[in-house]
Amino acid sequence: MHGDEKFHHPKGRGRTGAFWIIMQTRLVSLVTILLVAVAQSVATVLFHTVTANRILTPSILGFDALYVLSQTALVFVFGVSSTGLEGIPKIVAQSVLMVGFATLLYGWLFSGRRANLHLMLLVGVVLGIAFQSIASFLQRMLTPSEFDVLSARLFGSISKADPAYLPIAGAIVLGILIYVWSRRRSYDVLALGRDVSVGLGLKYRREVVVNLVLVAVLVSISATMVGPMTFYGFLVATLAYQFAPGDRHAEVLPLAIGIGLVTLLAATFVLRHLFSAAGLVTVIIEFVGGALFLIVLLRKGLR
Amino acid sequence: MSQQHARASRGIELRGVEKRYAGRHVLGPIDLAIERGGVTALIGANGAGKSTMLTIIGRLLDADSGRVEVGGLDVRVAKPKELAKVVSILRQENHFMARLTVEQLVTFGRFPHSAGRLSSADRRAIHAAIAFLDLSGFEDRFIDELSGGQRQRAFVAMVLAQDTDYVLLDEPLTGLDMRHAVGMMGQVRAAADALGKTIVLVIHDVNFAAAYADRIVALADGRVIASGTPEEIITPEVLERVFKTPVEVLEHAGKRVAVYYRP
Repeated sequence: MHGDEKFHHPKGRGRTGAFWIIMQTRLVSLVTILLVAVAQSVATVLFHTVTANRILTPSILGFDALYVLSQTALVFVFGVSSTGLEGIPKIVAQSVLMVGFATLLYGWLFSGRRANLHLMLLVGVVLGIAFQSIASFLQRMLTPSEFDVLSARLFGSISKADPAYLPIAGAIVLGILIYVWSRRRSYDVLALGRDVSVGLGLKYRREVVVNLVLVAVLVSISATMVGPMTFYGFLVATLAYQFAPGDRHAEVLPLAIGIGLVTLLAATFVLRHLFSAAGLVTVIIEFVGGALFLIVLLRKGLR
Repeated sequence: MSQQHARASRGIELRGVEKRYAGRHVLGPIDLAIERGGVTALIGANGAGKSTMLTIIGRLLDADSGRVEVGGLDVRVAKPKELAKVVSILRQENHFMARLTVEQLVTFGRFPHSAGRLSSADRRAIHAAIAFLDLSGFEDRFIDELSGGQRQRAFVAMVLAQDTDYVLLDEPLTGLDMRHAVGMMGQVRAAADALGKTIVLVIHDVNFAAAYADRIVALADGRVIASGTPEEIITPEVLERVFKTPVEVLEHAGKRVAVYYRP
């Protein structure tokens, strides 16, 4: 259970006694949680707004699969010792790959006259499956030890985040957050769908492409820090819609971020300190989120 | 002011507008001018291209070729923001994922003017639109709790709050019973007369067009085959060409009535 914590702190928890080291790791975890919460909740709410659909999750666009594929490819090409590519360059390469993919896909699919959001989502699903298949094909050819290292990397974990990445991630997330907040009123219109948005004077295509790229950036930042998460954003956004006094983004966004933060903090606290199972945080959250997804899907389907 | 006037006199103009799906013409080429002011009804059989033409005028759909001008603005190249203050469009079906009250819905109509920050002028316009469509007292009701007629009026109120010279309505009478359909057409008429709007609407029932419209444009197989006053269009010859079914035309209280229920 403590595998990946030991990996980061070779001396083990509680044995150094150095207060600041503990504080530092705690602080890294805290900032990671903050960034993941903001990135995932804003990404999901934006994605729902752009698609005018609340039972989608951004992972439908194939980003998680792309993350898995790129990690697999790294291990496949460079091996366990890898690396030649570690730390910041690896993270930057990762982000550039994912955002570049998003920009190309959306730009290409949404520039022509045939611009169609549903077509784009469908292409995202198909590409996601393709990435997944290629990744599992590559995984089959790995040695057991390589596969072991890869599994550890793909397994989302709060304590796995690289502290060097936090300032960059923090700056990007903050920048996006400021942009999103300044445009919160336009998002209220965008959520009413294409026809109303165009009728009320939004540059619809531009809005869709820009915001989907923002979603891609946020999802890739979160995935780079703690691995892919499919249902956490959905869980947070759904709860926010439920508890927000209205449907305006000025109300939903802060609430979603708050709920995201509380959920992640509470799960981390309980699992790390009561069950000594910090590695399970994302698993548990994904489980709860997935269950909620099914419930929402069934309820909407029955109506 | 003079520029405003030049624009005002222009109305809606379509030149060589065409739309094809999979190489098949669904519309056009259409050359049509709709003058400013009054109510213009688009009639035609199912699939004649009425809604396609309306959505192209309302820049929700791009034409494959040709040019559409509304109030002097080319809808393809004009700034979306500017266009949203000149022409508004209401589509037939409106499903939103958000749950909105009547007032919230109508408030969205002010977005081109307010960008979401409401001034007192915006609030006045919102309440005027709500009152105009007899929805006072329903401001805080959710639109999914309203009857079909009330909901339709709420959407029209939103479009009126947008306060554009040109208002396009795609089958506003769908799903309305006699009383509500008559009420809706009365309000459309009043918006044209009292507020000076140019209203273009797709209508299925030719008799509503005959009773309320100033001009009727008849489409068949994607082409405009006749346009003119109700007296010119509501005749057995024209209607039989448009709908390809026998029609008898009667006169009632100074208005034409088409009877077509039994051939």
